[in-house]
Amino acid sequence: MLSVLLIVIAAIFFTGIIIRTKSLASGRKGPAILQPVRDVIRLFRKGVVYSETTSFVFQIAPTIYFASVIMAMLVVPFGQSRGVLSFNGDFIFFAYVLALGKFFTIIAAMDTGSSFEGMGASREALYSMFAEPAFFILMGSLALLSGHTSFHEIFAALHIGSQISYALAALATFVLLMISMIESSRMPIDDPKTHLELTMIHEVMILDNSGFDLGLIFTAGYIKFAIYGALIVNLFIGVIPYEYAIPSFFAIQFVMAVSIGLIESFMARFRMNHNPQFIVALTSVSLLIFFGVLLILQKFM
Amino acid sequence: MHYLTIKNNQPVPVSDIPEISYNAFLILNTGMVVETAGRHCVNYFGYPEGEKILLICCIADDDEHVIYISSSVVDIHSELHSFTAKQLCFEKFEREIHENYGVQYSDHPWLKPVRYAHDRFDKTNVISNYPFYSIDSEELHEVGVGPIHAGIIEPGHFRFICNGEQILHLEIQLGYQHRGIEKLFLAEKPLNQLATLAENIAGDTTVGHSVAFAQVWESLTGFEPGRDIDYARTIALELERIAIHTGDLSAVCTDIAYQLGSSVFGRLRTPIINFLQEWCGNRLSKGLIRPGLNRYPLTSELAKRLTVVLDTFEPDFTEMNKELFNMPSALSRFERTGVVSTEDASAIGAVGMTARASGVVRDTRVSHPHCLYSELDHKPIVKRHGDVYSRVTIRKKEVFQSIKYIRALLENVPEVPELQSSSILKTPCADLFTISLVEGWRGEICHCAITGSNGKLIHYKIKDPSFHNWMALALSVRNNEISDFPICNKSFNLSYSGHDL
Repeated sequence: MLSVLLIVIAAIFFTGIIIRTKSLASGRKGPAILQPVRDVIRLFRKGVVYSETTSFVFQIAPTIYFASVIMAMLVVPFGQSRGVLSFNGDFIFFAYVLALGKFFTIIAAMDTGSSFEGMGASREALYSMFAEPAFFILMGSLALLSGHTSFHEIFAALHIGSQISYALAALATFVLLMISMIESSRMPIDDPKTHLELTMIHEVMILDNSGFDLGLIFTAGYIKFAIYGALIVNLFIGVIPYEYAIPSFFAIQFVMAVSIGLIESFMARFRMNHNPQFIVALTSVSLLIFFGVLLILQKFM
Repeated sequence: MHYLTIKNNQPVPVSDIPEISYNAFLILNTGMVVETAGRHCVNYFGYPEGEKILLICCIADDDEHVIYISSSVVDIHSELHSFTAKQLCFEKFEREIHENYGVQYSDHPWLKPVRYAHDRFDKTNVISNYPFYSIDSEELHEVGVGPIHAGIIEPGHFRFICNGEQILHLEIQLGYQHRGIEKLFLAEKPLNQLATLAENIAGDTTVGHSVAFAQVWESLTGFEPGRDIDYARTIALELERIAIHTGDLSAVCTDIAYQLGSSVFGRLRTPIINFLQEWCGNRLSKGLIRPGLNRYPLTSELAKRLTVVLDTFEPDFTEMNKELFNMPSALSRFERTGVVSTEDASAIGAVGMTARASGVVRDTRVSHPHCLYSELDHKPIVKRHGDVYSRVTIRKKEVFQSIKYIRALLENVPEVPELQSSSILKTPCADLFTISLVEGWRGEICHCAITGSNGKLIHYKIKDPSFHNWMALALSVRNNEISDFPICNKSFNLSYSGHDL
């Protein structure tokens, strides 16, 4: 239960902190930290406009997407406290319930019949496909290392290791951070601020969404970011007592948001055809973790 | 002689322009363009006289610093051989003649509407049924963008034919901004209104177009602008160049999602346009340039102020450029993106910084000097590759060059003579033809005017550099990724209203 509470609190501030960091870095004051939340509340009060060319798929997709993110949030543990759901192989459930949500946003985008949204959908599908092996090799390695197959047990077992396991955790942080950037369509993969449909990935897929549905999609996006942040925190806190673990949860989330803000301020987006290379490179970092685990377990003769 | 040789801004009686048969006209002009690389068509237009059309073609020779004018009279219903079949650079001009007057071309490869002028020949051609090029294919898909723009710029429709993410073909359909500006020049209006009209041909080239109009008017009325007038115009042209190039660098940074560059260049543009406001009361320099007048002389106090503005601008601009041009992620977006080859650029008659980025040296400031450019010993900045990187670099270097010129000019602020009455300017002389070439920030601006027997304007023809350069954009995106289109587009930053008139 604790993890759900913490993730929701982090999600409320996360996007606001990114935006504020970017504003400060470019010499502006920027909107209030809670502005993204206010935007969502405003959207929730609005009705929805549906395009005449869309079918029921377009109408149910935002809800399914939102629900999938909530489901994913439920399996994330926090230190020694389990997630609301915890079972063997829950990290596979985590990955595919998110993929289910993404599948629905993709077909909803295709459903609009817009050529822009089709392009966005194809890009999103391609990049998620490339990011998937990175996540599974990472989690598989950690499962191999700890000998468990659920998030809670993996993370609880992770801290009891040599220093090399902390090195692995650092690599894992990098992989998870990058996957979260890809999943949340942030720089350097996608530019969330652009007004140019031709260069968008995620933004272009939700061009036709409005009102309540758009609010759901935004909320799901904020939560998704915090979920990945929580996974990263879990790599480090292990069985540390709550009075240290909770502040360090927020500290790590804060650092993550600020560093995303800084990355987005001081570098340009990748050229679209470099994105697959970059994402596939993540898989190789995951493979490094895998070999590291094999070394620790002395599987090499 | 089958043609008349004149200088920039030199008025000639219309009757002095030799009139030759259409075939000779075709051979002469298409032949002239290929002879040396320094020649290109600056304007080619028709003037209707009942059932006949007087075609006037102006070819500029950049090496000899002259313009060759020739003409031919054809029947409106005749079917002609096109110039375009021999030389691509006449393509848009002939489409325009076809659209406006209904002249048929037997071998024009791309006889489509240009801008849907209100008094066009064939009213059944409407903007909603533009004949787009299409490919019948299962694999390829079409992406239509516009006419409503995602941002705040002007309307235009872009139709891409793509193979996945790769653009195979782009067709640009314009005409949404057509206001009939050329016709408005002919209406009987006070001179001030005409000058205001010229300022609004393209909002980002206020100085360029108003200088071109002022020069046309002065040459028609036989007025010799004093040194102080030319001085103010030269500085205004260069300030406009600095302001727009800096703003465009900011826009290019926005399109590659480089926030720092976007906001710093955006901020740097402000002091320049604020200086223009101090100077003439308008940040876009509206009201600054008037024919025969120096309404806002650049006094020595303003000169001091401008020196201070440039002194604070330059170090920041240098530093930001150092950041931008040393950043791998930005360079990887710029380099080898949106290439226009030298051959293509010269074949389509590209002008201005677009041409110079592709290695075609085309700069009115050196080839047909106006204002004080002959004193400045201007050396055009040329890049070879024709990619986004070249165009961005040209912008950067031209800003430094403009700063250098302004500093040089500021050393000697000319005396402003007592305000003369501009009554001599009221009526142009009768039966004259004149042509004015001005290098605006985007490139060569050409205004042509013909006066009637009572000295009234009877034909006014405007050519904005965008007229040629839109084709360069269409060529540059071929085989690029569709996601790189915005940055290609921004690296040219062409005018919709300048094209649509």
